[in-house]
This record gives sequence, C-alpha cells and structure tokens, in this order.
Amino acid sequence: MLASLGLAFTEWDLITPAKFVGLNNFQTMLNDALVGQSLKVTILYALTSVPLNIFFGLVIALLLNANIIGLRFYRTAYYLPSVLSGVAVALLWRWLFSPEFGLINQTLAMVGITGPSWLGDQNWALPSLVLMSVWSVGAGAIIYLAGLQGIPTELYEAAEVDGAQGLQRLWLITLPLMTPVLFFQLVVGIINALQVFTQAYIMTSGGPNNATLFVILYLYQNAFVYQRMGFASALAWVVFTLILVLTLLIYRSSTSWVFYEGESRKS
Amino acid sequence: MAQRRAIGKLFTHLALLVGVFFMFIPLAWTISSSLKPAGDIYLFPPKWIPDPFRWVNYAEAVTQIPFWRYLGNTTIITLTSIFGKVLSVTLVAYAFARLQWWGRDFFFVIMLATMMLPPHVTLIPQFIIFKELGWIDTFLPLIVPQYFGGPYLTFLARQFFLTIPRDLDDAARIDGCSSWGVFWKIIMPMSTPVIAMVVIFTFNGQWNEFLNALVYLQNSRNFTLALGLRMFQGEAAASWHLLMAASLLTMLPVLVLFFAAQKYFIQGVVFTGVKQ
Repeated sequence: MLASLGLAFTEWDLITPAKFVGLNNFQTMLNDALVGQSLKVTILYALTSVPLNIFFGLVIALLLNANIIGLRFYRTAYYLPSVLSGVAVALLWRWLFSPEFGLINQTLAMVGITGPSWLGDQNWALPSLVLMSVWSVGAGAIIYLAGLQGIPTELYEAAEVDGAQGLQRLWLITLPLMTPVLFFQLVVGIINALQVFTQAYIMTSGGPNNATLFVILYLYQNAFVYQRMGFASALAWVVFTLILVLTLLIYRSSTSWVFYEGESRKS
Repeated sequence: MAQRRAIGKLFTHLALLVGVFFMFIPLAWTISSSLKPAGDIYLFPPKWIPDPFRWVNYAEAVTQIPFWRYLGNTTIITLTSIFGKVLSVTLVAYAFARLQWWGRDFFFVIMLATMMLPPHVTLIPQFIIFKELGWIDTFLPLIVPQYFGGPYLTFLARQFFLTIPRDLDDAARIDGCSSWGVFWKIIMPMSTPVIAMVVIFTFNGQWNEFLNALVYLQNSRNFTLALGLRMFQGEAAASWHLLMAASLLTMLPVLVLFFAAQKYFIQGVVFTGVKQ
C-alpha cells in the first residue's frame, strides 16, 4: 500500500505541472534574452566541468590502480572533498577566490602575477566554478578505480605476450573495458551539471553581468523572487527536455563507443 | 626492469602526492583562516600557521548567528528524514522484490522513469501544494517528501533484497511469519550495507540541503545551518575568519560520519556507479 502511495506521489508530480504550462510562457521565453544566456552558461559549464572531472578522475584511478602502497590513504584523501557540499563549501571557495586576500591570488602575487578577480570578473567567474567542481573529482576516481580492479588480469598478460606496450594496453584494453562506467558517469555528470544552484546563488548570485546565471538559478528567481510561477514552470520543462535530449543523444551515440563484455566488436 | 618499475612507482607516488596536496589546500587554508586573529587573515604573504591560535573564533562564530538553534533545526530535519527514508525505501523495495501484487512490474518501470525527472521540475507544483496545505515556514515540506521513498535508493534496495536467498523467507513463513515478519526478521537484519547507504545518502543530502530550505523557511527562527551560513555571509562579509569557523563547524558532522563509516561511503558510491 505504501508502495502505491509512493508511486502515486511521483506520478502525480509528473502530471500536475502540465496545467501551468501555457504557450504564452514559451512565447515569452523566446523573447527573454536571459533564458538563452542561462542555457548557454549552464551548457558551457557542463561541457567543461564534466570532461575535466572524467579526465582527472580517470588519471587518479589509473595511478591508484598501479598496485601501490598507501592506497587506503590516497583513496581517503582524494575522496574526502567530494563528500563535502552545500553552502559551507561554496563559502570556502569564495574565500579562496577572494580577489585581494584569497589564497589563490596571494599565491600568484608571490610569484609576481596579478590574478584576475575570479568571481568578480565576468570572464573568469564561470571558469572559477568549473575549477571548484574539479575538487570533487574523488567520487568519480573511486568509481573508476573499482571498474579498473574489475578488469581481468589475464587480458593484460595476454597483451604482454602479444607484445603490447604500456600505452597500447591502456588504449586497447583498459579504456574500451571502462567505457560502460565512463558512459554512466558522463550521463550522471551532465544531469548534475545542468542542476547547479547553490554555488551560483551563494558565490556570485548569477553575476557578474549574468556570467554565471545558471538555468536553475534563473528558474528560482522567476518563481520565488519575481513570482512568475507559470513562466518558471515552463522553464523547468525546458530544462527537463534538455536533460532528456542530451541523455538520449549520449545513449544513441553509446552504441558506437561503449563496449560491453561478451559483445563482439564490429568494425 | 626492476629498477624501471621502482622509478615508475616513485613517479606514481609523486604525482599522487601533488594531487593530494591540491585536494587538501582548500581545507587547510580554511582551518588556518578560522583560527587567525581578525587582522592576520589579510596579511601578505599569507601566514599558514596562526599565531596565536585563536580558538575563541569558534566561540564568537556560534554567537554571531543563533548557531545552536540552527544546529537543532538541521538535526531535527535530518534525523526525521533519515527515519522516513529508511522506512519508506525499504518497505517499497520489499514490495517490489518479494510481494506479488497486481501491476507490480508496471509500477516498477514507472518508478524507474521518474529517476530521469530532475527535482527542480517538481519544485513549483510541490511548492503550490505545500502552500495550500499551510506548511510554508514549517519543517514539513523538507521532511514529508522523504517519507515517500525515492526511486534511486528504492531501486538499489530492491536489487540488494533480490540477492537475499528466498529459502530464508520460506523457512520463516513455515515457522509462521507473515510478510511483515519476514520483512522485519529476515530482510532488514540482513540488509545493513544497503540501509547504511540510505542513511548516508539521506544524511548528506539533508544536512547540506539548500534550495528547498531557502524556498520554504522564511522566519529566521526556523533556519537550517545552510540558511544560517548564507545569512551570516550577508551580515559579516568582512569577518572571514568567523565565517570560515562557522563553515567548518557545519561541515564537521559530515566529516565525522565520513571517517566513522568510510567503508559504507565507498561501497555506496561504487555500488551506484558501477552496478548501474
């Protein structure tokens, strides 16, 4: 009974917004330059932070997988920052990015470089948030590490017999076998990146000059600051559609690059 | 060959340590800032070791905002949420994994489909419903949804329950257990890893939750720590040492939980990431 209640809840949430979506809202949206700006900011963020996180996560996992002493220490050290989130972390990074007294610019000043004002500079604000996102790379790294440990050692031994060098082994065995995990992380990463809110709200309020106006922040402003519930709901559906389309695109593309064991490769 | 291996290992360690250095710098800097006298946080070149250690910053930070009150609010919300989440997720998962009922598979697919739905799509209709119910400025909008499970964790719990041998259910039933009995006496005691996972995910999510708290809590008496920090930021833009102290205090419970239950954290993240 609780099951059906729980389901009824979620299903019903699916349906209720429909009555708030009118074509008028979508028309207004087309004329609202900030909608385009917020989508641009959000997609740009997703396209930079997700690949960076996957790349560094994979590098860390590969290093950790080298049968190394102190694995437990490294695993804890890399994973720790990614369990922290929310307002406290946003404040922590605001302080690091502080233009005059923040650690980053003070360190740069010590080697004679005048750093940008980061969050206060419309060209640097978004890159700052991308940089901050890399701090949480550890969660991905741990997932990749588990994936790497699942690759049968026989494959490497066979490759060695066939004379494959280190990089060839990485390229021909490790990466193809990791593609299912990478695929999943890519989808999850993009979905999460499209829903950034707290950092933008706390650290930049969407500024400067709307350079970090993430779409969920704009949604929030419309719904709860300007009281444009209908418009915000329409925007929510745009975000949902975007997530759906991107997921489908990645999913469609996956047949050509994701390799599942037991399936023979067509080339 | 052996020598080359050793050099390779050395480089691996070096690369990893450089990474660890960058991972820890932000936290180390925050801790250092939180212990400095007000004037010292603006020194150039930056001083890493506070002199003197100003522990009283923490005492000041918790009086600048009603920290204990917000801690209490956040704790109430988090604990009641964990209770509701564990109860609803395991019950629903049990129904999907073990009980036979009409339309079970159909509803299971629907539940999986809702995983695609970002929470922000439901934010506004939910707000309108809670407003109609007169729940604005109470903790209820933050807690009650937790009692309706959640597709992701329910799915994970169901997968876990399916790995528990059915023979145990049958044995218990022969001994006279009802479905409830099987749930409480067989399934739950054997599911510590998955329950731990639900607890950790819910704790971490609710402790740091910001958007919903921002939307629903208006009177500053009802604020959570996240909202309190945001308010503090507005009031004390210049007192970074106190702000960092308050931030660290807010992060502390998560850190403690992380070190106490690291095994389950890692299990959880691997389970969700690899098993899909």
